[in-house]
Amino acid sequence: MKSLAELQAIRERMQGTVGLRGDNTDKIRVVVGMATCGIAAGARPVLTAMTEEVAKRNLDNVTVTQTGCIGLCQYEPLVEVYVPGQEKVTYVKMTPEKALKVVEDHLVNGNPVAEYTIGR
Amino acid sequence: MLCHKLMTTGGHVLQEISLNILDIAENGVKAGASVVEIAVDEQPQKDLLTVTIKDNGCGMDAEKLQQVTDPFFTSRTTRKVGLGVPFIKMAAEMTGGRFSIESTVGVGTTVTAQFGYSHIDRMPLGNLVDTVTALVQCNPHMDFLYTHIRGDQVFVMDTKEFRAVLGDEISLAEPEVVQYIRAFLAEGEQSVI
Repeated sequence: MKSLAELQAIRERMQGTVGLRGDNTDKIRVVVGMATCGIAAGARPVLTAMTEEVAKRNLDNVTVTQTGCIGLCQYEPLVEVYVPGQEKVTYVKMTPEKALKVVEDHLVNGNPVAEYTIGR
Repeated sequence: MLCHKLMTTGGHVLQEISLNILDIAENGVKAGASVVEIAVDEQPQKDLLTVTIKDNGCGMDAEKLQQVTDPFFTSRTTRKVGLGVPFIKMAAEMTGGRFSIESTVGVGTTVTAQFGYSHIDRMPLGNLVDTVTALVQCNPHMDFLYTHIRGDQVFVMDTKEFRAVLGDEISLAEPEVVQYIRAFLAEGEQSVI
């Protein structure tokens, strides 16, 4: 049974460690397009897959969030990756399976997956 | 062009009510709401399924309110179509149901879609756990109140309660917290099936 006591335990575990991870400007931002076109094309499972994989690998330096219509509806689901100090990478026609590869190759190992990007 | 395809296929690509809910709730986020309330009320014995999405964002004036159900009206600049509201309206009306949208500038907007529960064209509710989790994790600065009623069974998730436990320093987007919320929702959904 999920209880608020369990959430309290999470708070106690995390308290004090949150500050050590640095503020959001150091973090890698993963942004999933969530307008109607994105949702219809399957963005929600991509968001779920990315979030769970990032959590599974304990990637404290990554935040996964959403944006609205990026204007490239025919390429949805879209995922943009912003690594501080580097150019934005836009992944197109994403799937939960591709998301796992992006986490491993790009987020963990620093190598963008060129075949998933726009123009390929 | 996907948007064009979406229109000509009559919105069938958003095949779960939970995806429509996600889509409409995003409008509330865009409107700068601090709270979005989502209610799913299943009353099979009355043959009704009612979905309500209410936000306290910037709201719309009478002119915009009239235009919002038109697929060629949108406030965004990246595309000339806004399909979310027209889709859910059509989805409800296709099942012999009703749709309404109310809004007041500076107060907020409420979308109500009522479906014929047993109608052959009534889309499945789909994955509400994923929808609500996505909304919370992507908008940790906002509060979401989610209510799922089925008959006389009630399940409620209120992020204000989570926030009260976590305090200001721990974001609702923290992976451990998101996992907790997802599990909380999964359990709750099971309890009203």
